[in-house]
Amino acid sequence: MPSLGGALLGLAFLTSVSAAVLALAGRRGERRWVDRSRYAVYALCALLTACVAIVEIAFVSDDFGFSLVAEHSSIQTPTFYKLTAMWSSQEGSLLLWAWVLSLAATAALYATRNRLREIVPWATAVLMGVAAFFTGLMVFGPGVDPFAASNPVPANGVGLNPLLQHPSMMVHPPMLYSGYVAFTVPFAFAIGALVTRRVDAEWIRATRRFALIAWALLGIGLLLGARWSYTELGWGGYWAWDPVENAALMPWLLGTAFLHSIMVQEKRGMLKVWNAALIVGTFSMALLGTFLVRSGVLQSIHAFGDSTVGPYILGLIGVVLIGSTALIVSRLDDLRSPRRIDSLASREAVFLVNNLLLVGMTAVIFWGTFFPLISELFTGTRASLAAPWFDRYTTPLAIGLVLFTGIGPLLAWRRVSWATAKRVFALPLAAAGLTLVALLAFTEAADSLWALALFVFAAFALAGIGQEFWTGARARRRLAGGSTLGSLAAIVGRNRRRYGGYVVHIGVVLLLIGIAASSSFQTNRDLELAPGESGVVDGREVTYVRPTVETSEEYLQFGAVLRVTPEGGEPFLLEPSKRYFRPTGSGATTISSFFDGESTSEVGLRPGAGSDFWTAVAPDLTDVKRGVADAERGFRECIRGAPGAPAECDALASMMRAAAANPSLRPVAAAQISRLQSLAATRIARGYLDDELSATFRVIVDPLVTWIWIGALIAAGGALIALWPTRGRRRGVPVRTEADALKEVKYREIRDAELDHAAGKLSDQDFAALDAELRREALDVLDRVEAGNGSGASGAEDGGKPDPVEQG
Amino acid sequence: MDPQRKRKIRLVVALSAAVLLAVALIYTSFSASTEAKEPSQLLSAAPGTSYEMTGRVVPGSVERRDKGIAFEVRDRDGGGEALPVTYTGTVPDPFRGGREIILTGQVQGGTFVGEPDTLITKCPSKFTAKKEDA
Repeated sequence: MPSLGGALLGLAFLTSVSAAVLALAGRRGERRWVDRSRYAVYALCALLTACVAIVEIAFVSDDFGFSLVAEHSSIQTPTFYKLTAMWSSQEGSLLLWAWVLSLAATAALYATRNRLREIVPWATAVLMGVAAFFTGLMVFGPGVDPFAASNPVPANGVGLNPLLQHPSMMVHPPMLYSGYVAFTVPFAFAIGALVTRRVDAEWIRATRRFALIAWALLGIGLLLGARWSYTELGWGGYWAWDPVENAALMPWLLGTAFLHSIMVQEKRGMLKVWNAALIVGTFSMALLGTFLVRSGVLQSIHAFGDSTVGPYILGLIGVVLIGSTALIVSRLDDLRSPRRIDSLASREAVFLVNNLLLVGMTAVIFWGTFFPLISELFTGTRASLAAPWFDRYTTPLAIGLVLFTGIGPLLAWRRVSWATAKRVFALPLAAAGLTLVALLAFTEAADSLWALALFVFAAFALAGIGQEFWTGARARRRLAGGSTLGSLAAIVGRNRRRYGGYVVHIGVVLLLIGIAASSSFQTNRDLELAPGESGVVDGREVTYVRPTVETSEEYLQFGAVLRVTPEGGEPFLLEPSKRYFRPTGSGATTISSFFDGESTSEVGLRPGAGSDFWTAVAPDLTDVKRGVADAERGFRECIRGAPGAPAECDALASMMRAAAANPSLRPVAAAQISRLQSLAATRIARGYLDDELSATFRVIVDPLVTWIWIGALIAAGGALIALWPTRGRRRGVPVRTEADALKEVKYREIRDAELDHAAGKLSDQDFAALDAELRREALDVLDRVEAGNGSGASGAEDGGKPDPVEQG
Repeated sequence: MDPQRKRKIRLVVALSAAVLLAVALIYTSFSASTEAKEPSQLLSAAPGTSYEMTGRVVPGSVERRDKGIAFEVRDRDGGGEALPVTYTGTVPDPFRGGREIILTGQVQGGTFVGEPDTLITKCPSKFTAKKEDA
């Protein structure tokens, strides 16, 4: 089986190379070459799917002939973790990268099979170039062949690190990778657009969804990692500015900027250079993330062993950066926009500011992350920056972002008159003022001015978004009648992108509130308590009721039952514990290895809307360890058959003697010893219940931290709304051509303007000017539809063919 | 004011803000950073200066003390003399003999005293406990 997989992988490499070559042969839009290259992409997808299937089957069927399986799984590994163990290794991760890329490329090329005929060949070539890089790396790279055979084939594998045996840890890496990979699609189309000088918003419309999906997946991946850290690491934090965390955050921030600024290009035809640069930057950051995780150049909590592929990925980043920069510079004349930002009081101006903040934040994080290398370059010594340094810069930038998140939606495109501004800002400003007064009067929020500013701006932003929904629904009701709730559903349904975006804003603002509150107003105490003793943390009495022990096939667990009594509230119980995983795999063990193996903290968590009550325990195993030492001595004597050993030892001792003489008996003897050791370890572990030793508890009262997770869920929901296919498409109304799509976009813009006018965001005068301009543009488009019989863009051979198109 | 000039002014303002931020960034990063050293370099390090120590925990050296733990570290490649370390605060789950750690602290009387809650233990991606305990 490994050889079959290796052959398919080799074939996948050849397929991706030939797909790229075919695409370049069709660069002038020759249908037959373009079609063939697309079929080659589909074939690549099928081949890599087969490769992944072979690996997964090997994992599930415990085929230790694959060294990948032997090193990352074992017979005892639960099936769910066998299925996901693939990406705990470098070679498995690379295979996942390539596979997801082939899926994304297939989806993107299928969606554009009858469109963008000039851009698609180049985009295909870029996508397949990247695919060829990753498949080639697995085929030719040193030590990263997922189909390497193990020799000799072991009877059992070494198993999967128990720390990684956590549901969110299994979903977290593929989410991040999928996010990284999905950014390849807009990047490839941007390159195609630049090469062919077709730098209007067409490539953006075609790949916007991929950028949004990439952004959402990356965000979910980040949040899952944070959640895992919060509940599993026994540390109580969710973010540490670790290089690998930063590596995933940077493309996400740039992606956020990109998603906003492409709207400016779509609506106003501006910021073309900026958008091209942003997507190049985002993709490079995604590659850099892959590189950092796999290279070990920076000291990080994520040390995935010494990687062998780092230099190759670095080479790819270099090619991408240099090539793209040269391309953008050579196309500067095409990218120049005749339009300018009319006024600072316009949505596009706010988008620009938000972009600058996001890029600034990325620059800060980039500098901080790579500072060890930078300082080594300049001073000769490696020095690193800790969390406070990152906080100092990212906090004000994040607060600025919240403020502009609030302002942006309130302003219309192009310009806003003073009178209109006064009207739309009244309510959000009042909300911000009230929040400020309430916070000062009833809370200690003033202790942290940054947090206070963030709360006030957040109130401003949330009130602004609420007002958007409200005035939108009211305007719709005035135009179309019906109930308020029905109108609300209607405006969201008809403007999924806009209102989905607002929902994302609500989620992100809540998330930032959670971060600000939990990082500024956290209470953090270490208590050393013996059973029966109590301590007080933040007005809550914490009592160590009794120790607990749990033994299972997988682990020995020492814990505690805590009773927490809030002032004037109902007491509740928490059970934090620490798990010590039993040794896995073959080979000799000792009793002490049952207590020295991997361990994980299972925190005792009481989440709440106001604050989380978080506890972790560090049990005192001094007596247990002493018991282990005694047992080990006794065990040795028993096996040796020393004088005075109990009678049961005779059987064991004779078995050992037999095994020493006859090698074929050794596995049986070893199994018997492990069984006895396991029994002994379990019995000793139970003794912990009677030790009455004190344990150390870490207790954290984390205000509003739950809103991080709630906010993330809301944001994910908003992204889903924005991604949902628009009505015309879902009902199968044929949108025939690119020009038709353009027409549709213009109509939508006119409708948007009408809605903004009805909602009071545009003054009569501004609306009249805007409406006239948009109608003139729409007429232009209509002329093109008539003249080109629908082909609109490129000299197509079959312009009249039905052509499903995504709509803005 | 004509729009051309207005744009120029805006550009200058934006650029100066960016330059200011960059200068602040560079300045603070050099002053706020802690030097990274390996245990063998720390044996002779000046007392009173904070360092970020990256090393490998010597297997079997971890002891529980009242209010914390004590252990020894060697260079990451396993060479050099062992440096005694004391530490209080949260001990990450993956911490144990043989693991690579990052810890900020100072050298006092030949012992590296870690700052509370700065201990980072690297996550192993492979299950290599056997090799380390050996």
